[in-house]
Amino acid sequence: MAITTVPGTTRPGRSATPYAAGPRRTSLGRKVRDNLTGHAFLIGAVLCFAVFSWYPMIRGVVMSFQRTRRGETTWVGWDNYARILDDPSFWTAWKNTLYFTALALVLGYAVPFFVAILLNEFRHAKGYLRILVYLPVMLPPASALFLFKYYAYDPSEAGLFNAVLAALHLPTSEWMQSPGMTMPAMVLASTWMNMGSAVLIYLAALQNIPGELYEAAELDGAGIWRRIVNVTIPQTRLILLLLAMLQIVATMQLFIEPLILANGAGAEDSATSVAYLIYQHGFFQNDLNGAAALGVIMLVVLAGFSAVYARLTSKQD
Amino acid sequence: MAHDSGTRTLISHAQLRRGRGKVVYWTLLTVVVVVFTLVFLGPLYWMVTGALKSGQEIAQTPPSLFPRDPQPQNYVDAWNNLDLAKLLFNTFYYAAGALFFQLVLDTAAAYSLSKLRPVFGNAILGLMLATLMIPAMVLIVPQYVTVIDLPILHLNLLDSPFAIWLPLVANAFNIFLLKRFFDSIPEDLMAAAVVDGATPLRTLWSIILPMSRPILGVVSIFAVTAVWKDFLWPKLVMPSPETRTVSVGIYAFSGGTPMNVVVAASVIAAIPTVVIFLLFQRNIMSGLTTGSLKG
Repeated sequence: MAITTVPGTTRPGRSATPYAAGPRRTSLGRKVRDNLTGHAFLIGAVLCFAVFSWYPMIRGVVMSFQRTRRGETTWVGWDNYARILDDPSFWTAWKNTLYFTALALVLGYAVPFFVAILLNEFRHAKGYLRILVYLPVMLPPASALFLFKYYAYDPSEAGLFNAVLAALHLPTSEWMQSPGMTMPAMVLASTWMNMGSAVLIYLAALQNIPGELYEAAELDGAGIWRRIVNVTIPQTRLILLLLAMLQIVATMQLFIEPLILANGAGAEDSATSVAYLIYQHGFFQNDLNGAAALGVIMLVVLAGFSAVYARLTSKQD
Repeated sequence: MAHDSGTRTLISHAQLRRGRGKVVYWTLLTVVVVVFTLVFLGPLYWMVTGALKSGQEIAQTPPSLFPRDPQPQNYVDAWNNLDLAKLLFNTFYYAAGALFFQLVLDTAAAYSLSKLRPVFGNAILGLMLATLMIPAMVLIVPQYVTVIDLPILHLNLLDSPFAIWLPLVANAFNIFLLKRFFDSIPEDLMAAAVVDGATPLRTLWSIILPMSRPILGVVSIFAVTAVWKDFLWPKLVMPSPETRTVSVGIYAFSGGTPMNVVVAASVIAAIPTVVIFLLFQRNIMSGLTTGSLKG
């Protein structure tokens, strides 16, 4: 270990920094000046947050209770919400979105964890495997999805997946043209595109597990599976829960997969998602207020998930 | 890669080097390398070579593994018909600007929050971090309404690169990463400069920034790839054909273009991010793990 402190490894000290406008015996004028300097450095970012993040947040809620027609804005109470809830596609979109989220949890959540466990055991080809897993994450999603749309999910046997299935004498599928396969196909594409970051984050977490724990478990006669259940999972519990939450939030915003793979709604509306509905209302049906109401509903649902998550994580600590 | 060093994992080194363990290890490793190559590289191979096939060949059953009669013309058509040079230039321009604004404004803000600590600094940081909880789709409509009519100024930013650059500055994750890194730089290093009468700007430039190259690299790479990968926001705020990004441009053309040409364009659009990844994979991997782990 080097004697000097390496940046990125220490916690901030308690002492005031040389510039901080903290409790120092200085004149009032000096203090004001220090504060002004501090705020001068902050102002650019703060303005961007204010205009493009904080203000739109409030604006979204306000808009959801208004209606703008021919340039005139009036307060309409819960009308937008009533209109949105009346629309049968609202329920279809939620059903689809929640189905996608659940499927993505089953398929896309466990797989990266076990892939990471597997990769962590290898003493060879580690770098290569890591690059492979992360490579799809770097592709622009539109590019990757056109690959899936045209070459992989081709409903004839000329498509990549059907060709493989046919070669294995398994039944082929119509993929995006069969309502039942739409969601699984979108989850597959989405998992392929996105799992790389989860694998790398898990790998880093696995490397932080003290080896003695495994040694002790092995001495107690625990087999590989018992060691995973009793050492690996408890040791990475926080990361597992955090990524579950992040994944739920990300998959609930499902948008580009239906847009490109299913041309939006998909066969028999099997692909319409809530985010796609927001896009439809806001930018095609000239109903920005309805879209804002949908956004607020989505926020409330996600806040509900976060509350459950916070409960789950704090209970056991 | 060292065989024996490193910490012990699920299965001990000794077990993997003895008789049966060794056989299982090497079999499994081979299987995984082959399967992963097929799963993650296979589709990319299919994409690059598929776009070289003729319309007839791509529709044949079963599909051919190698293009029988390679048609580089598909790539040429993609380049010319979709005006990819223009689209790529636009995207590059937006990425460069986004990088510039994020580096300057987010670094300055994180420096202030970490080292200058003005009054209300913590409250501002809290409000910034709170935006991490709000999903992008929820804000898309009010953000769009804001951009087409900026409050007070009443400017319309549609088709202006600022509509991409400025909202990206409001990135709490950048501020968080940078601030945490600056927090870890010892105060003593700055104290000497302050005694010598260096201004805060001078200290940032000559002491903090040179020490922060790794984190600045991580922020830069993510800033550039985020612009390259983004779809819905550029689609909304850059509606004109002249200002489109490459992903949006390909999507806009996908309806009336032969599918091999669309995929050829998709391949070309993906090259920059793949090159960035292969060049900077070390920084990207470390950035991913430092960013998410201890927070």
